[in-house]
Amino acid sequence: MPDADQPILAVRGLHVEFDTNDGVVHAVKGVDLDVRRGETIAVVGESGSGKSQAMMAMMSLLAANGRARGSARYREKELIGLSERQLNRVRGKKITMIFQEPMTSLDPLYRIGRQIAEPLIHHGGYSRARARPRVLELLKLVGIPEPERRMRSYPHELSGGQRQRVMIAMALANDPDILIADEPTTALDVTIQAQILALLADLQRRLNMAVVFITHDLGIVRRFADRVYVMRSGEVVEQGSTEAVFDRPQHPYTKLLLAAEPAGRKAPPAPGAPILLEGDNVEVTFRIGGGFLQGEPMLLRAVDRISLTLREGQTIGIVGESGSGKSTLGRALLRLLPSEGAIRFGARDISKADREDMRPLRREMQVVFQDPFGSLSPRMTVGQVITEGLLVHEPSLSRRDRDRRAVEALREVGLDPSMRNRYPHEFSGGQRQRIAIARAIILKPRVVVLDEPTSALDRSVQKQIVELLRDLQAEHDLSYLFISHDLAVVRAMSDYIIVMKQGKIVEEGPTDAIFDHPREAYTQTLMAAAIDSTRFRSSP
Amino acid sequence: MFGYVIRRLAGAIPTIFIIVTLAFFMIRLAPGGPFDLERPIDPLIMENLNRAYHFDKPLWQQYFIYLGNLLQGDLGPSFTRRDFTVVDLFSTGLPVSIRLGATAIIIALVFGTSLGALAALRQNSWVDYAVVGTATFGITIPTFVVAPLLSLVFGVMLGWLPAGGWDGGRVANMVLPVTTLALPQIAAIARLTRGATIEALRSNHVRTARAYGLPPFVVVVVHTLRAAVLPVVSYLGPTAAALLTGSVVVETIFGIPGIGRYFVQGALGRDYTMVMGTVVVIAIFVLLFNLIVDILYAWLDPRVRYD
Repeated sequence: MPDADQPILAVRGLHVEFDTNDGVVHAVKGVDLDVRRGETIAVVGESGSGKSQAMMAMMSLLAANGRARGSARYREKELIGLSERQLNRVRGKKITMIFQEPMTSLDPLYRIGRQIAEPLIHHGGYSRARARPRVLELLKLVGIPEPERRMRSYPHELSGGQRQRVMIAMALANDPDILIADEPTTALDVTIQAQILALLADLQRRLNMAVVFITHDLGIVRRFADRVYVMRSGEVVEQGSTEAVFDRPQHPYTKLLLAAEPAGRKAPPAPGAPILLEGDNVEVTFRIGGGFLQGEPMLLRAVDRISLTLREGQTIGIVGESGSGKSTLGRALLRLLPSEGAIRFGARDISKADREDMRPLRREMQVVFQDPFGSLSPRMTVGQVITEGLLVHEPSLSRRDRDRRAVEALREVGLDPSMRNRYPHEFSGGQRQRIAIARAIILKPRVVVLDEPTSALDRSVQKQIVELLRDLQAEHDLSYLFISHDLAVVRAMSDYIIVMKQGKIVEEGPTDAIFDHPREAYTQTLMAAAIDSTRFRSSP
Repeated sequence: MFGYVIRRLAGAIPTIFIIVTLAFFMIRLAPGGPFDLERPIDPLIMENLNRAYHFDKPLWQQYFIYLGNLLQGDLGPSFTRRDFTVVDLFSTGLPVSIRLGATAIIIALVFGTSLGALAALRQNSWVDYAVVGTATFGITIPTFVVAPLLSLVFGVMLGWLPAGGWDGGRVANMVLPVTTLALPQIAAIARLTRGATIEALRSNHVRTARAYGLPPFVVVVVHTLRAAVLPVVSYLGPTAAALLTGSVVVETIFGIPGIGRYFVQGALGRDYTMVMGTVVVIAIFVLLFNLIVDILYAWLDPRVRYD
């Protein structure tokens, strides 16, 4: 092809600004970027780096308070500042986009067949009837089983992975030149992630379209991208071929990102450490539906006869995809949910303990949740948030003592104690997670259930939190139940691993054994999907 | 679907039963009775009256007699309008109230949703401010202020429309009462629609529609407004029931022979059967309209469809 080296999309000096109550926020500061026919580029950066906003600006999808300046030329056509009408001849037709949120990116009120047909009707000149066979073909192309039936489904009847496939079908409808994929797999389980990525790579080769991957996940970049742009605070700090950037990173930020994979291992617990928490055939059943005049409820066994033994100073990693019952198991073991089977804490059987009985034990068993934004009360200062538990468990403490304990706890989690009079919204995600950890350890617990504590965080922050958790564990002889779908983090945290699927244990064993020699097919799939990040796309 | 409706209707029976029971005993707890007049009635006549209306029997027996009559569709005689039964009064008054209320609802829906959607699509423009300002004003001014004001201006001063009366439901007689009923509903629906439309415009699936270059008409009408009317539909259930069963204020001020007056008049005059009749009618309307709203909602939103 004569114009193979000519970029089909050339972005020059792109700026994006948002008017906010605190003044103008400059989210993208002069980005240059080229996309050539049929290549895959990756725009990498952590949250807030401006990588998504740069693409949104090009597609004129910025929020109402956003403005774009600069130039983005698609085949000699300037996109920035183009009228809606003119732009609609390009977007959805020649440049298409799939988004991070497969659960909400489709209109819940219409059948998916109709939604895939819309770009065909409005760009391709199809009638509704003629669009139908093409929709079927597209659904087959993206690997939706039983496409005739699925066409008539509503989005809520599909899983997240299937919805993302539907989005991809929509994106491919008019044979686009460029597909922008904005974190397309972040919200999906690892095995589904792998399928969607493989599908995208395959379609890209077959249809010879260019793909722009916006992602924070270096594993994806390494496997799929020809070239990489590394973004930080609105600027491209480094760019080059994938091999060059990964093998010889120049910019310190790129080096930091590459080193951000959680590393190291946890020191094993003392041999013969006493058993702290023990579950024997724990079972949790949820009732769905039923009620007055509605017949029998459906029973869902979320945790199906699971036994585990947690020793002092030990970390058990509970791994599984969403819906596998791992969080439910964690909550059942702390008696936050009713369950069947025996649960012993120390020498005591707590499986029949009621709320009153549990209260004195609560301080010894704490939880840190996944969502650092939702789990801190927005109306309390950080000092109040972390000392609230002391009011219940150590009511004799004076206000001054509590404040002293808050200072101590904040210092332990690496936060400046002078910030304790601020409110949670003034902190970043990583800082909030530190606050949540401070709230747990201020009570000097013995067991902490960590329910996906790092999943909502950027890689470099994840690494810091993992190290913090390990340090705290060594210092206070804590035992952790570490619930996560992220195998890299689990490996860095755990002594022992339990792999769960549909409420049952698929496989369990010491961390190294599980990672080095997974026996079960399901574990192997999980590992292959998550850990394989060494293969360059161009040198298979 | 059919099974669902049957189940819901069956579920409504115990609800109505509980409402009837509570209302029956509550009105009896109020001091006084229907025959407590300024001039005492002759004891002999009183005794006859009490016997005729079963007031000489224990309360629980009266309750069962009432229930028995209710099951046969007999709401009993009115105590204050002694020539009529409650059923007679309702069969002439209810159609009037329904006609008035239904007109007001339709007008409120048309104007409320259009204004609300318009304001949302022109958010933070003068159109938006005008709609929101007027709507806030419309909600804060009570009907007992609007009604006499309209009657005074258009009926008395300008003389364009009749200041009151029903006259068999002539259009000219309906304009002012319907306007009075519709105004606050237009305001409420406009505000609801505006909020819901703004939220829908910001949703991810509308972003998808825009990213795929769909024409603005499709983005707004197909993908935004359908989602935006959902909260309006929910709001409509209890509102429709309230409007269709008549408004005391509007019917009193404009002198309209609907059933809205009966509840207050009945309660003040201890007209037990009248109060009970109104309670039963309102309860049926509320349950019926909540059912209709649920069906409508399910039709609009596939996520809440019932097997």
